Amino acid sequence: MNSGLNNGGAAPAQLTPKLVAGAFLILLCSILLSLLFGPVSIRPDRIFLEIFDRIPWISVDSGLSKVEAAIVWDVRLPRIVLGLIVGGLLAMAGASYQGVFRNPLADPYLLGVAAGAGLGATVAIVSGASNGTGMFDALPIAAFLGSAIAVGITLAVGGAVSRSTSTASLLLAGVAVASLFTAIQTYIQQRESATLRQVYSWILGRLSTSGWDEVLLILPYALVSVSIMYAMKGALDVLAVGEEEALSLGLRPERVRWVVIAAASLASASAVAVSGLIAFVGIIVPHAVRLVVGASNRLVVPLSFLIGAAFLMLTDLLARTLQSPAELPIGVVTAFFGAPFFLFVLRRRSDGVI
Amino acid sequence: MELSNVETPLAAIDIESVTVALGGQKVVNSVSLSIKSGEWLSIIGPNGSGKSSLLRAMAGIVTSTGRILIGGTDLSQLAPKQRAQMISIVPQIPVVPPRVHVLDYVLLGRTPYLGRGFQPTKEDLQYVLSVMDDLDLDNVAERYVTELSGGERQRVIIARALVQQPQILLLDEPTTALDLGHQQEVLELVDKQRQSLGLAVISAFHDLTLASQYGTSMALLVDGMVTKSGKPSEVITEESLKEIYGANVSINRDGNTLSVVPKRQEDSRN
Repeated sequence: MNSGLNNGGAAPAQLTPKLVAGAFLILLCSILLSLLFGPVSIRPDRIFLEIFDRIPWISVDSGLSKVEAAIVWDVRLPRIVLGLIVGGLLAMAGASYQGVFRNPLADPYLLGVAAGAGLGATVAIVSGASNGTGMFDALPIAAFLGSAIAVGITLAVGGAVSRSTSTASLLLAGVAVASLFTAIQTYIQQRESATLRQVYSWILGRLSTSGWDEVLLILPYALVSVSIMYAMKGALDVLAVGEEEALSLGLRPERVRWVVIAAASLASASAVAVSGLIAFVGIIVPHAVRLVVGASNRLVVPLSFLIGAAFLMLTDLLARTLQSPAELPIGVVTAFFGAPFFLFVLRRRSDGVI
Repeated sequence: MELSNVETPLAAIDIESVTVALGGQKVVNSVSLSIKSGEWLSIIGPNGSGKSSLLRAMAGIVTSTGRILIGGTDLSQLAPKQRAQMISIVPQIPVVPPRVHVLDYVLLGRTPYLGRGFQPTKEDLQYVLSVMDDLDLDNVAERYVTELSGGERQRVIIARALVQQPQILLLDEPTTALDLGHQQEVLELVDKQRQSLGLAVISAFHDLTLASQYGTSMALLVDGMVTKSGKPSEVITEESLKEIYGANVSINRDGNTLSVVPKRQEDSRN
């Protein structure tokens, strides 16, 4: 349970090489598993050889056909990388939200990201602007804009009334904005019932890719938001003693709050744009990390990215193989595993553990 | 320890007409006080007289007008980070986050000295460990703060305030939640630090006897205004307590210390 002790003395909470290596090992295993298995059965040992073949200066004949090699490199790999980024973003955003609101139940969709994206996606589908996937498809852009607008309204309204040091009005504004956007989205969806199935499947979340387009689309936002959240992890530990005491310790809590909320919202909005609404990743992963390494955000925020990435890759592996050739919506799989875990965490919390 | 601030020249601390308004009401009204490094100012006054608000204004938690000068430097002109290097507060009811180790909690006091990444250096850690050693906290470094007893917990909070290496230490009713033995232990500890570091201590007190035992000077706050200040024996008199607190007391004087004993009008048990 401890964050790595050395030379017998007390050690502060800090990312140790051991922890980072452990998390990367989990990530690597998940990548490998996801590459080896899929709805099209290809002999895993050959995929191993194929991976070795790609290492510079090593040349082996994997015996994979051209089609099989293409499945591994052009179908499975982009999807794995997308799962990695989306899972990492959602979990890291969740950890950051939980830190900034000092509430373990805060969720990356809290401030209207989900409802805004839902409305944007529904408009894109209903209007016929979305006809498939790809870099220039309207759906991810509409979903991103929808969530950006929703969070923008939440921050503008909630921030204006909460000049003080309270986050309560921000949360309330988020609830109100989410209700409004959901109401509009439901109205449009009911009027255009022909597209109901398509909208519904988007809402349940999926990681389908067409080559590397989605990855390239999300990558710049991911890099920006992840580096900001990473830089703010120590400030969140100071904020844990409340905004008043943080101020007396020389922090500018307001500034930290806005920067973290903006970065975490950017992260979840861009994740939602390419993957729909994937529930629970943002809550269960940070909690699982906390159970192992303790409450310090210096550890929880960065490790949540790595573990969230691994978690979403593995749930996606289940989503695409359990009922193959059909695919389960990944949101269903994460919720199926996430909800019981969440209840467990909630029980522990009422025991005063978290 | 080279990091300690023993060598800093004794600075005068001047509070000049500090006013705090909350919701349009002046809870601290033009308070002026001054003490020197190494002195202990006890602030007493009935509930709601503005003791906490004055301390919170000094710590920069609530906004105030007027000036707080440390050796000529106006605190209100400083960034929060610089202010936190000069003045630290032990809040009356501190927020103690769950599942945070004592060492990590005390390290928070180094926040005003950290760079952008909030990464404590080896020197920060060394200093924190030496202060924890002084306060007999070395054996609880790996416990959670929430698990500690009241006395230990208060020592931890004081350790956090001390590693800020302040010139002024503010205590907001530091003994409220403690039993008598721990009250003395905590106040003796602060007094030792005051003498060895030349700290200026400003403390709000509920308990008048303790206030007079530790204060080198004292101020009586009523409705946000200083109505009396000076030596404890000058401020605490039967008449002033009757007038301000509406309390019947007898005051026992024994040289430099005095003790306040509540008196019943008529003891119905006789």
